[in-house]
Formats: sequence, C-alpha cells, structure tokens
Amino acid sequence: MAQESKQRAWLRRVIGLVRKEILQVRRDASSYLIAGVMPLLLLFIYGYGVTLDLRRIPLALVIERSTPEAETMLASFRNSPYFDVVVTHHRANVEDRLVAGTVKGVVVIADDFADRIARGETAPIQVIVDGSDPNTAGLVFNYVQGVWANWLDIASIERRGTVAPRQTIGTVVIDPRYWFNPDVRSQNFLIPGSVAIIMTLIGTLLTALVVAREWERGTIEALMATPMGRSEFLLGKLIPYYVLGMAAMGISVVTAVQVFHVPYRGSVFALLVVSSTFLIAMLSLGLLISTITRNQFAASQAALLTAFLPAFELSGFIFEIDAMPRPIRLITYLMPARYFVSSLQTLFLAGDVWSVLGPATLALVAISTVLLTLLVRNTRMRLE
Amino acid sequence: MADDALVVVEGIVKRFGRQAPPAIDHLNLQIRPGEVTGLVGPDGAGKTTLMRLLAALMTPEEGRVTICGHDTTGDLAPVRQSLSYMPQRFGLYEDLTVQENLDLYSDLRGVIGRQRRDAYDRLLGFTALGPFTDRLAGKLSGGMKQKLGLACSLIQTPRLLLLDEPSVGVDPISRRELWQMVYDLVDQGIGVVWSTAYLDEAERCATVVLLNEGRAIYQGPPKELTARVADRTYLIENLGDRRRQVLTRALEEPSVVDGVIQGSSVRLVMTEVGKPPRLADWGVDQAKLTAATPSFEDAFVDLLGGAPKGESALASNCERRLPSQETVVEARNLTKRFGDFTAADNISFRIGRGEIFGLLGPNGAGKSTTFKMMCGLLRPTSGAAKVAGYDLYRAGGAARRRLGYMAQKFSLYGDLSVRQNLRFFSGVYGLAGAAQQVAIARMVETFKLGPLLDHDAGTIPLGFKQRLALACALMHDPAVLFLDEPTSGVDPITRREFWSHINAMVEHGVTVMVTTHFLDEAEYCDRIGLVYQGHMIAEGSPDSLKESVQTADRLEPTLEDAFIELVEAYDRQPVAS
Repeated sequence: MAQESKQRAWLRRVIGLVRKEILQVRRDASSYLIAGVMPLLLLFIYGYGVTLDLRRIPLALVIERSTPEAETMLASFRNSPYFDVVVTHHRANVEDRLVAGTVKGVVVIADDFADRIARGETAPIQVIVDGSDPNTAGLVFNYVQGVWANWLDIASIERRGTVAPRQTIGTVVIDPRYWFNPDVRSQNFLIPGSVAIIMTLIGTLLTALVVAREWERGTIEALMATPMGRSEFLLGKLIPYYVLGMAAMGISVVTAVQVFHVPYRGSVFALLVVSSTFLIAMLSLGLLISTITRNQFAASQAALLTAFLPAFELSGFIFEIDAMPRPIRLITYLMPARYFVSSLQTLFLAGDVWSVLGPATLALVAISTVLLTLLVRNTRMRLE
Repeated sequence: MADDALVVVEGIVKRFGRQAPPAIDHLNLQIRPGEVTGLVGPDGAGKTTLMRLLAALMTPEEGRVTICGHDTTGDLAPVRQSLSYMPQRFGLYEDLTVQENLDLYSDLRGVIGRQRRDAYDRLLGFTALGPFTDRLAGKLSGGMKQKLGLACSLIQTPRLLLLDEPSVGVDPISRRELWQMVYDLVDQGIGVVWSTAYLDEAERCATVVLLNEGRAIYQGPPKELTARVADRTYLIENLGDRRRQVLTRALEEPSVVDGVIQGSSVRLVMTEVGKPPRLADWGVDQAKLTAATPSFEDAFVDLLGGAPKGESALASNCERRLPSQETVVEARNLTKRFGDFTAADNISFRIGRGEIFGLLGPNGAGKSTTFKMMCGLLRPTSGAAKVAGYDLYRAGGAARRRLGYMAQKFSLYGDLSVRQNLRFFSGVYGLAGAAQQVAIARMVETFKLGPLLDHDAGTIPLGFKQRLALACALMHDPAVLFLDEPTSGVDPITRREFWSHINAMVEHGVTVMVTTHFLDEAEYCDRIGLVYQGHMIAEGSPDSLKESVQTADRLEPTLEDAFIELVEAYDRQPVAS
C-alpha cells in the first residue's frame, strides 16, 4: 500500500479542499455577484455617481430692479460652475421653493443696489440659505461669497473708484495650494476608499457564507469524519478567498488608475503588504462569523453589521474621523477598515509614506492576529 | 466477546441543555465486524446522536466510546482512519460533480495513485454511477445520491461504516440495491451500523439496537425479539369494506395488543398465546382467520405496550356523509411539462366518496407533481382536475375550500403556540366568531391538545405535532383530505394513532388521497396508483397489485415486491412509440 508521508498527505488534503472551494465559487452565481459585479458597481458609483463637491446648486436670484449692475452680477452667477440660477423679480416668488428645497439659496439684489453704488455707499446684497443641511448651506454661502468677491474685483476695475476694491479692507491675500490632490477631486480619495469597501465585501461577506453553508447542507459532518484537521480546513477556506480578494483588488486598482485617472504613487510591494494584512483580518472575521452562526442568513446580517457598515461609516472613507465625537473616534481604532482606508489613500495620492503605512500595518497585523486566534479557537473538529 | 468488538460503548450519557431529558441515557453496546447492526427507533429516540457519538463527532458526558481500541475523547486521527461515516443527506457537495466529490474524499483520505484508480473502478462499478461522473451531485436522483454518498465513504475501505438513515426519502428499489451493497461490504468483514426508522429494515440486520428515549429497550438478533409475539399474530382475511370497522372493534378488546390493515385483511397481535380473536364477536364469522408470520414491527409495538386503544374521537365529532358511488376527486389526462421534460404524462384517476387512494412511486417519478396539481398548487400543462365537483383550475377557491391539506414537512408555525396555530388556520379557512370557537374546541377535544395549548408548536413532541397538523387541516370539516407523506419519520405507535383518525373519517364519508414511501402505510389504502416516469403504470387495490406479481416461487408477495416488480417490468417493456 502506497503510504504518503504525513506532510504530503496534509498538503494533499489542503490542495483538495482548495480545489473544491474554487469549483464551488466558480459554480455559484452569488459569489460572482459579490466578487465580480459588486466591485465594479461600487467603483462606478464612486467614480461617476457620488461626488462630495457641490456643482450646479439650484440658486434663486431676486433682482428687484433691473440695472446694469444687477445684470453683471447675474452674469457672474451664471458663469459660475457651482450654480444653476433662476431669476425672478419678487422674493415671494421663490420663498416657497426654498421651503420646498428645490432651491438651496436665495440671493436678493435690492432695488436701491445700483443707486447706492452710484452714491458710493455700501451696497448690501442679501443671501438666504437653506440651513437644514448645514454642510450644503456652508458651501452655498462660501460659493456665493466667492462670486460676490469676483464681481467686486471686476466691477472695481471697470468703474475705477465707484466700487471700492476689496483689497482695501486689508492686504492679506490667501492663495491656497492643495497638496496630493491639486485639483481637489473628491474621486481621488473616494475611489481608494471604495477599494477598501470592496475588499471588506469579498473578505467578509463571501466567507461569512461558506462555513455556514457547510453546516446548513450537512457537508461539514462528512468532512469532519475524515482525517481532515483544523489547519487543513481553515487553509482550504482562507487560500481561495485570499486569492480572490487580491485579484479583485488588483482589478480595482487598475480600473481606478486607468478608467478614473486616480494617480497611484505608492509601490506595488507596499500595496501587497497592507492589503494582505487587511484581507487576512477580514477573512478571519468572515470565517469566524460563519463558524459561530452556522446559518447563512444570520452570518450575512452579522457580516453587514460588523464589517460592511463600519467600513463605510467608521473608516474615514466618507465621514472625517477627526470630526467624530471622542467615544466614536476611539471605536474607529478597532476598525481594520480605518487603517486600510488611510493606507490606500496614502498609497494612491502620496506614495510610500511609511510614517503612515507602518503604524497602520502594525495595527492591521495586531487585529488579524486576534481574529485569526479567535477563529482557530472556535473551529472545532467535532459538532459541539 | 469484547476482544473482537469494533466498538465498545460503556454507560454513555449525552444531554443537550440542562433541563432536557438526556438524548442518550446510560447506553451500553458493542458492534462486531462482519455484520450489520441496526439502530432502530422512532424519530427523536437518539439515533443520530448515537451515530455522532460513534463517529467521534460528539463526546459523551459520562461513559466511554471506544472505536477499534481508541477512546473517542482522545486523539482523533486513528479513530478517523478506521471509520467512515455517511451523515443524513449523504454529506455530498451538490454543486460538485460525481467525480469531483470522489476526488475530494480521496484527497482527504490520502488515497492516491494506483490505489485511487482501483477504488474508482470498484466504486463506480459497484454503484453503477460510471456513466454519470460528470453530472452534478445535486442533479442526481435520491437513490443515486445515496449511492454516491456511500461511494465517498468507501474510498478507503474502513473497518467501521456508519450510515445515518441512509434510506430516508429513498424509494424501495434503491433501498433494496443499497442493502445488497451493504451485504457485500459485510462479507469483506466490515462492521456496518445502519440507523433507520423503517422497522422492516431491522429484520435485515444481524443485530438490532432498539432505541427509545435514549435507552436501548432491546439489543440482540431481530428474530429473538420477533419470537416474543410468536403464535400471537393473526390475519383476518377477505374483509372487504368491513375491515376498518373490524379494526376499530378489535382495538377496543383488551385481548388485542395491536392491529393494522393490510389490503383487505386485518392483522392482529393478541395478548396471549393460544387465544385467537373470536370473529363471531365482531360479526365476521364468515371471514378467514389464519396465523400470520410475526414481524419485527409487531414485536416492537408489543414491547412498547401496544397500539393506542379506542376509537378516534373524530368518529363522533365528524359530520357524517353517506358513502356513495359518487366521484369526489377526479384527474383527467393531467400532463405537466417543465421545459422539454414531462413530469406527468396523461394521468387520470377517480376517487369515490369514502375512499383512500394512495399515490406511490420512486423518487422523481412524477408523484409529487401529480399531487401538487391535485392540490391546485401547480397548474397542469393540459388536462383537468375536479374536487367535490369544482374544477380546480376554474373554480380553484371553491374547490380548495372543500379540501384539507397536510404537507409533507411540519408546515405549521413553530414559533406560534398551538392555540395560535389553530386560530390562524381556522381563520385562513374563513371560520370566524362562534363557528371558529366551536371548530377549535372540537379539535382540541378530539386530539387532546388541551394541556399543550400555550406551548410553541415547534417544541411539542412529534406525535403531537402530527395531531396538530391534522387538526389544522380538518378545522373546516373538508370533504376531501390530501396527505403528503403524512407519517414519514414517525414511530409506529404514532402512525397507528394517525391512521385510526383517518379511518374514522373515511367511515364518515371523507375522501382521502395520500402519497407515501412506507409500503405499510399503502396497505391502508383502498386503491393505489403507481406512478413511474410520469405515467400511471398500475392501479388497483393493494391485494390485486400483490396478486399481479404472484409467481410459483413467490406465493405471498409483499407490496414492496409488487412495487419493485411492476417498476422493473415497465423498464423491460420496449418503449412505445
């Protein structure tokens, strides 16, 4: 009887299980959806659909009396890429629209505007913004100020004196430089962040189902009754999904650079190191959930709550961590996605900045170790 | 004795939850090589738990399980090397092909090279799965899945083979083939443990362990157990339409332990040897009384204290409908196609008032499709069906109000109480107010559900679940009752009680259609339709089906013989163009 050495038999079992898992992934439509379609969908949503810059804000301009000054002001607003302007002569016409939310702000140019300018007095304009969304309100106000300042500059040059140039207020001029993202494109940090979301999805949601499925279908019993040990079982689950996750990440990064023109300034090596530690944490979490729940429905719910939502909300992907209340900020330190999002944004936009990547990688290694230990402890080779 | 035992179980106890009664309660047993040990008992008796304890998938709280000299609480590797285990549902990956399943288990068991090729040749020949290696396991029939499950557990010839309910949901033909395979293995010296709720399978084992509530109430050769009812079993033949009354009368007698219907006969087990039933007392002195061969089931029921006594309370609680020749259920040329596959082809039958009609057939034969069309759950491609005079597909609502349906699996709400289930189902059938109260009270009284009214339906004992399911189907006093595998997995005592209710209703003119895998259960039917490959290949009373396969070497064929013979005869005949 041909008897293999212990190590070879072990290796054969691992390979057999990996092959089985790959075949199952290939035949399962839901894993295609999660691993193939979802990443692209997310990339396209964040690449084209979502942007945190406001453009074409609906704004009402109330011109109570038509004068050349008011007309040039209107032209300034119309030329601004930030506004979609509606013009009217009475404030009452647009107040309802502000209440209804169809315009985000109202700018009123009073009927004595031109007269006051002619007399050399201060000529105020009134800005009313919808304060129900403070973020938008602030942006609208700032943009309006920008247009106003712009108009003043032009008008003061044209009229030489009739309109006081704004520099007379002071002599400080702010000339900002945006490092790493000179165009201030929100895509440039949203897309690296969405790569983290994709990795969370593949790492946790997909693996959360696979052990639970073995329990639900009763196949785990047959497996456990064979000489298969814990290490083979776990490697048989980890290896295929690690490969799948890394492949999805590769595709996402290439798509980000090629299709969405997000710069990538880091090294491939750094990307591999950071992604691997993150992915191992996610895979361990997914398998841990699956092992504990033994039920696909409960597992997918748990995966959404413990991995997907935190990756969205507590990672700094969309919501600035520094702006969060302190207790929540402390919680974000436990979220692997937090470290991964900041690492990816750094790799894409700044490069191999090890002062950022180093601590993040260490944190990820620590989290992975804890999760992997929990996973090994909870994986039993008996049914109880 | 202990020296040659493969498995020694000493005083094991296993509990799930502190309050719950032990699933396995101080059990001792030994399993020897070269024979089949049957693990027999009703659902919930502890069979699966014991199997898992033997497979070292669980460890006992007290006592010890030793497999081939290795304690199961110790190192698992030597235990796993010496045994193979086929769990319920066979443990197959349904999204892998036959070959891929075999490859996986060969890798796991370290069977390589020449040894692997030999194993494949042997197993594929043995299971006749050779032509299907590229088919997904999920696309195989029940019988083929079972064979593949067996093949996967035999990649490396084990010393001990554990089969957990291998015959559940498998038709009699596949069941018979599986037994032949297992006998071959036993001849090679393998010890086989076969767990089953089918008592007729116990008679095929060398040793049986009869489990009830976690305890072994009998261990030994099945013949020894059967011997306890020797000379106490009788058959009252040729009773025709009176068999149900005779059975009811007989079960009222203290001298009768057990009674069942077999075709047009009634089979009785008496309390004392030498005291045959006195036919004159039941007004059937012209019927023929013969001594019957005692069966394992007779002995099992005797051991558990006999069949439930007394007439079903339904008899007095049921609206009486006079029997007549009227056709109550009718299927006319029912055909159902799924794509280019014809699941049911031109099926016709009639069921008269107060008749029990059984639909039988191997897995995938079209039996369930036919049944679903008759319930109005599936629309036929062509053909028509009528229930109580209403066309199921034109006046579906009216037809459905006249039929009660009891699904195969427990289909009540497990997280609602018994009372809430009764209320819900009576409401669904349009009962409200006083009528609803009356209907619920009637069912509670009939099925003695009173003490359990506020328990969750999911937690009550199986026998009571069965009663509750029947109660929910009967609440609106239907004229027609459809039962889909009503007693699969239920112990013989519960099954007898169930049929006493059905018989009482049939005596009151209710019409019953039933599908079943238990051929014992088919014996209760007035007529049987045998469905195979989408066709109704035979129809008739159980006795006439048995007679149709009678030969010189088989003077008393069983219904199982008839089933297998008719299906095989159909396979032999040239395909009609």
